Amino acid sequence: MFILVPILNLMVSSDLGSILANLQDKEVMSAIFISAYCALAATVLAVLFGVPLAYILARHEFVGKGFVEAVIDVPIVIPHTISGIALLLVFTSTGIIGAPLDKLGLVFTDAIPGIVIAMLFASASFVVNSAREGFESVDPRMEKVARTLGSGSLRTFIIITLPLSVRSIVVGSIMCWARAISEFGAIIIIAYFPTTAPVLIYRRFVDFGLSEATPVAVILISLCLLLFLVVRLIMRGWKTYDKN
Amino acid sequence: MIKIENLTKDLEEFEINQVNLEVKKNEYFVILGPSGSGKTMLLELIAGITIPDSGKIYLDNKDITWSALEKRGVGFVYQNYMLFPHKTVFENIAFGLKIRKIGKEKIESKVNEMMELLNISHLKDRLPRTLSGGEQQRTALARALIIYPKVLLMDEPLSALDRKTRANLMRKLKEIHQKFDITLVHVTHNFDEALQLADRVAIMKEGTISQVGDVDEIFRRPANDFVADFVGVENMIKGNATRNNDLTKINTGNTVIVSTENKSGPVHITVRPEDITLATQKVTTSARNVFEGRVKEISDLGTLIRLTVDVGDPLVVFLTRQSFLDLEININKTVWTYFKATAVHVF
Repeated sequence: MFILVPILNLMVSSDLGSILANLQDKEVMSAIFISAYCALAATVLAVLFGVPLAYILARHEFVGKGFVEAVIDVPIVIPHTISGIALLLVFTSTGIIGAPLDKLGLVFTDAIPGIVIAMLFASASFVVNSAREGFESVDPRMEKVARTLGSGSLRTFIIITLPLSVRSIVVGSIMCWARAISEFGAIIIIAYFPTTAPVLIYRRFVDFGLSEATPVAVILISLCLLLFLVVRLIMRGWKTYDKN
Repeated sequence: MIKIENLTKDLEEFEINQVNLEVKKNEYFVILGPSGSGKTMLLELIAGITIPDSGKIYLDNKDITWSALEKRGVGFVYQNYMLFPHKTVFENIAFGLKIRKIGKEKIESKVNEMMELLNISHLKDRLPRTLSGGEQQRTALARALIIYPKVLLMDEPLSALDRKTRANLMRKLKEIHQKFDITLVHVTHNFDEALQLADRVAIMKEGTISQVGDVDEIFRRPANDFVADFVGVENMIKGNATRNNDLTKINTGNTVIVSTENKSGPVHITVRPEDITLATQKVTTSARNVFEGRVKEISDLGTLIRLTVDVGDPLVVFLTRQSFLDLEININKTVWTYFKATAVHVF
């Protein structure tokens, strides 16, 4: 109830007219587009680097594994504005990562890449943890059997392990995307512009008050819920291969 | 065929300690041992699933200790089958052939043939989770056999199955052993399986091999009390042996038993229940061990009746139901037991 009431109340608190007007507002649409697009980029990066890492964590024991696991979860516990400051210090054009990339023409402050890394920082752990769970659910002995049948280790991963854990990877990616789209704290520090949807909602609220902020909020939340619903439906039809 | 030299591997829960073993070509070899004795690990070492700390493994005189597991030509069947849950029975069996890039039609005919051999043709399009244990094990066997491995390793292949299914599959394994040019290594804790299937048996205990030999040898002449106890030898009695002419007399403290085997000092003896005959009166026979005793326990095993007769030491004797009825045996009845000196194994 505690979760449901505020969300439902928000959904009905704005009249259709102002929602439609906002849907035609270029600023709103561009903010939502930037949010969705940057979150997608952050998710792709998280999958690209997070899935191999997840496999290593699921299958191998090594010195410092506990430390790696802890580091992955750190972004969940630190306040997002602090994440933003930490990222800014490193990715600004004079920072240790920002400086060399700046020479290559990649700018982070008040730019799309800044938004992407802020999102990535906050949400990558969802992909790693979920994918890892998926890999752990595949018995390593099954991989070994595949190999005794003549399949090399890379091929075994692609045709046995990956199909059996793809569900977890997809779930993790969607969680990652949703978390990324909602990122606010780190983004306002590192890239106030270009405006993402949460930042726009905040600005409208500060500049014009609640009535101006709500329609945008309703549009964003509808988009998120719609996606969530579609994914749920797809998942339900997805074979799990578990015991019935 | 398979030759293992001084193989050692130490993991936390299990260890293999200086194991030496030779398995002959086309042999049905059973490794028998209680759980935790390291028998599964020994199999995994042969397959390359686990890498040894030291020692050598040879297959057809080739050192395979460090070969990649997909290059060994060794098949593996696990107790819980490890079928690919996202593939149908057909796809599971076809897996090894597909990897080898064999033509579609050839795969089809080979898989069909294999499914027929294992009587699972009707399950072709089913997913593993819809199959019974026995059906899953047949599929796993078919999947392993279809690439004609030189060696097939099976880890407790029958342990998860009910009695009837197990008996069926045992017959199937025998048939496979005859039909295929293959060396089978089968790990189990069940002596029955060894008895029915094995050409030779190795007994494992705490990561070492206690005894290797044919089934009869192990059953009749266990190398030590662990083997005797493990293979379920009845009538194992402790005593002190002394040599007297060509015979050994074993004084158990309660009786003196005579054996033809040459041993002295503190020993164990075993007499197989089926080597003991029973009579209600004293009769003259060539048997050197004749004891009078009372029936202490009667248990019905179906076709056989198991009696425990107290002759000073408890002796277990089997009777057929008919002779049990003919002899009119009941608890505390006095009977005579007879067994030959050659039936007494001393170790």
